[in-house]
Amino acid sequence: MIGAMQVQLSHPERRVEIKGPKRVRELLRDLNLVAEAHLVIRGDDLVTEDEMLQDGDQVEVRPVISGGSGFSGSSRLSGSTKQTRQTR
Amino acid sequence: MRCRKCTAKAVIGLPRHNAAFCKACFNGFVHDQVARAIKTERMFGRADRVLVAVSGGKDSLALWDILLKLGYHADALYVDLGIPGYSAKSREKVERFADTVAKPCDATLLIHTVQEKEGAGIRELADLINRPTCSACGTIKRYQFNRAAVEQDYDVMATGHNLDDEAARLLGNVLHWQDEYLNKQSPSLPASVEGFAKKVKPLYRLTERELAAYSVLNRIDYIVEECPMAKGSKLLLYKEVLNRLETESPGTKQRFYWGFLEKQAKAQPVPTSMAEKDQATLHPCATCGQPTTAEICSYCKMMARAKAGAPH
Repeated sequence: MIGAMQVQLSHPERRVEIKGPKRVRELLRDLNLVAEAHLVIRGDDLVTEDEMLQDGDQVEVRPVISGGSGFSGSSRLSGSTKQTRQTR
Repeated sequence: MRCRKCTAKAVIGLPRHNAAFCKACFNGFVHDQVARAIKTERMFGRADRVLVAVSGGKDSLALWDILLKLGYHADALYVDLGIPGYSAKSREKVERFADTVAKPCDATLLIHTVQEKEGAGIRELADLINRPTCSACGTIKRYQFNRAAVEQDYDVMATGHNLDDEAARLLGNVLHWQDEYLNKQSPSLPASVEGFAKKVKPLYRLTERELAAYSVLNRIDYIVEECPMAKGSKLLLYKEVLNRLETESPGTKQRFYWGFLEKQAKAQPVPTSMAEKDQATLHPCATCGQPTTAEICSYCKMMARAKAGAPH
């Protein structure tokens, strides 16, 4: 007997079981995740939002957002720590 | 969903372009966007030596990959910040990419280790000078990359900043009316004075999601987990807000940032005004010779404070 689909999530890292069949966009909506900030990968393959996921599928919902240092910096003026702080 | 170009099964939908692509056509789309950015913003040419700032994340490794595939002479620099539990993993990703992808293209990876250069990792340095870790990280990376590019005679330094990064930074600057920073948001900043490398952002036409997809599709092994120091960063909050808007109204991020660039280009010839302003206000740091508005640059000040505060 095939079990529910296994969904790998991040931030925090965890694995949940979800009953299929379910379209990718519905999965994201059920998990309250924004499509623009995530990729859905089944096995090793990227899948589009209209794709139907089935019981037994191994699915990863991968966040794509990164960034913190603002390394591009608002300022190139290395003499001003005030300006660097304001990049936050 | 079918590919807009060849009608094969699509692997990614791009609502902002009202399109979907298969792997081959998506790679073509990504390469075209980067080639267009390089050309329209006059970033660099075929004969130029490019230094890519790499972190082990999807954007910088994708950028290095794309530039090599487009046939540019692109080396890379990784700055090892000594972040516990994170830097070792990100460095491993960069070194693996360098060995498997860059080396066969005759491209070189340079590595600077903050611990070796300054005697402490980023966290200790930030604590010693009582500044947020992300702020100290930004100062160190800007300094190290610029200095390496200038001293090793690279024509230009390229960073992996994408459309989301630039739109989020613009939102932050507008929310706080930091209008004096707006002319620094161009994707191509000139080498305005001696000691400043030219800096470019060839990925400004692509979103984070598109770059993550490019990395997954091309089996680029990048560090997925977020830097632990970035937790709670304002930039992440701005990105989250923009992505909610983007999902409801596709194209919001590009209209915001590209629209800003268009208006800015019409308002003033930015490179000229920035170069003039930099030339009027910058001079060499008394300690290291890098350009600064003060007598001592913020990097040297930071390191002096850290050394004074370090336990003897």
